[in-house]
Amino acid sequence: MVNRKRSVWSQILASVLVNAVYAMENYPIMFVNTLLSPLSILIVITFVSHGMLIGFGIEGALIMTAVMSGVSMQGDLSHLKNDMKLQDMVVTSPTGPLTYVAGMGVSEIVFSLPVLVLLVILASIYIQPTLMQALTILLVIIVMFCFSIALGFLLSTLTTDVMQSWGFSGIVSVLLSTIPPVYYPISYIPMPFQYIAYISPTTYAAQIAQAAMGYVSVSKLNLVVDWIVIVAVCIALLVLGYKKARWREP
Amino acid sequence: MNGIEVRNLSKTYDGRTYALRNVNIMFPERGILSIIGRNGAGKTTLIRILATELMPTSGSASVGGIDVVAKPAAAREIMAIVPQEARTIPWMTARQQVFSYLLYRGFPYSEAKERAVKSLKQLGLQKYTNKLSRLLSGGTKRKVMVATVLASEARVIFLDEPTTGLDPISRRELWQLLNKLKKEYLIVLTTHYLEEAEYLADTIAIMESGRIVAMGSMDELRKRAGQQYSVRVMDERRPKLPKGVRVVRFDGGYQVLTDRERAFAISNALMHEKARFSTNPVSLEDLFYYFAKRSINEDTEEQGDDEW
Ligand SMILES: Nc1ncnc2c1ncn2[C@@H]1O[C@H](COP(=O)(O)OP(=O)(O)OP(=O)(O)O)[C@@H](O)[C@H]1O
Ligand SMILES: [Mg+2]
Repeated sequence: MVNRKRSVWSQILASVLVNAVYAMENYPIMFVNTLLSPLSILIVITFVSHGMLIGFGIEGALIMTAVMSGVSMQGDLSHLKNDMKLQDMVVTSPTGPLTYVAGMGVSEIVFSLPVLVLLVILASIYIQPTLMQALTILLVIIVMFCFSIALGFLLSTLTTDVMQSWGFSGIVSVLLSTIPPVYYPISYIPMPFQYIAYISPTTYAAQIAQAAMGYVSVSKLNLVVDWIVIVAVCIALLVLGYKKARWREP
Repeated sequence: MNGIEVRNLSKTYDGRTYALRNVNIMFPERGILSIIGRNGAGKTTLIRILATELMPTSGSASVGGIDVVAKPAAAREIMAIVPQEARTIPWMTARQQVFSYLLYRGFPYSEAKERAVKSLKQLGLQKYTNKLSRLLSGGTKRKVMVATVLASEARVIFLDEPTTGLDPISRRELWQLLNKLKKEYLIVLTTHYLEEAEYLADTIAIMESGRIVAMGSMDELRKRAGQQYSVRVMDERRPKLPKGVRVVRFDGGYQVLTDRERAFAISNALMHEKARFSTNPVSLEDLFYYFAKRSINEDTEEQGDDEW
């Protein structure tokens, strides 16, 4: 057999087609779902605060979209792995785990494109960030995205049934999105409860984004700690995912 | 050795379930190795270890000259699998299914597209090319899965029960295709259809409780069992038989399994008695009972008589 050169782009495209393009073609309802969940909270926050918190809301929705990518990827991968045995077929192929996750990660971005575009438009109207502010928010989003994708992949490879993945999704969603003050400042949470919020890396991410826009005032030291926390958590999850994700079963 | 070489392979799940016990296999570079055995015998476990999906507990295995335990990445370049419970993805058409798999194998876009269409045609699936898989019948979906791996360049192909759910005609068609392919490929196939293994396999491995209890070509298995022929007597009265033959009672008669000479002698005697009987080469099913089930079916098994 001649040694053919394999295209890693093909391998990434495969996941994007399977998990995003073909799925959206056939189930347009999924579009509505990815659009609806971050936007609905943004709208509620905006209404309840009489428009005061719209900037917080848009930033929060951006961070949540990045974080929820990993959560929904976890469900998708578990379904493809356990119900279709797609992962087994991919394991016995030249596509390695990193390429597989990368492709699936991109597929989640493709899925989120409509909501991302909408949020960027809203941001340019309502919060009008400078280039530096925009870059800071973008970086926060990227770090949170990598963190959640690594977490999602790790959890999905540990499942043997989609039912389990629903369990994981529920827990992770609460920890990362319900408890932490992503759509509003942490000062809105009464004191002892703030500590609970600090369990979630999304709290730190939101604080960086809010501080970048000048919505909250945070000390330099505090900001440095925020960055260290989210980058460390992200790296930890990437390492954990790389080491502990079950590509070949033990 | 560029085929399959398995040495003392064992697998224990959760330290309790002994799925494979000391399995040894030698198989050449090309041809079909068929693994048969009862539910839970360990066929899927063995295939998954060879396909680098599962770690063995102990022992070694190489496929195409590559150690699958130590060098999984290199092994994955040359092999492809249709897992036992693999399903086509409901929201994709047959073409999209094969196409996306070829992309995972790293084919460039246009080549993957061409190969996908060609492979579907090869399995007589051209009319389903653009049909969503959730609209296909169960057997057709199974065929699409087979088309998926056959479209690839892998030269070692694992098919875990590929013909389960296929109608008799489709099954024959797939047999013919595999028979052609086996000149170039190494195919490992599990099946519960014994005539399928008999028809296709160059080597048959019979598994029971995690062990390979017998392995070889049909002729080798017959020789090992010392049973070349089966004489079926359609009579409720048990005929008188020579010592050393294996007698299995079935509804309405007796089956005698034995070597060539004795089969000849028994047939001769039955002919004189004007008994209703038939004599055939021993089938894989008979051998399977002998090797895998001999202890389970003791109550219907008997021995020949002392005087004959
Ligand atoms: N993931 C697992 N965890 C624990 N035990 C398992 C697992 N997979 C298989 N087993 C056990 O290992 C043994 C062999 O199973 P295997 O699936 O290899 O059998 P098989 O020969 O393929 O059977 P079948 O003909 O039903 O497909 C069985 O006892 C089964 O219960
Ligand atoms: Mg099986």
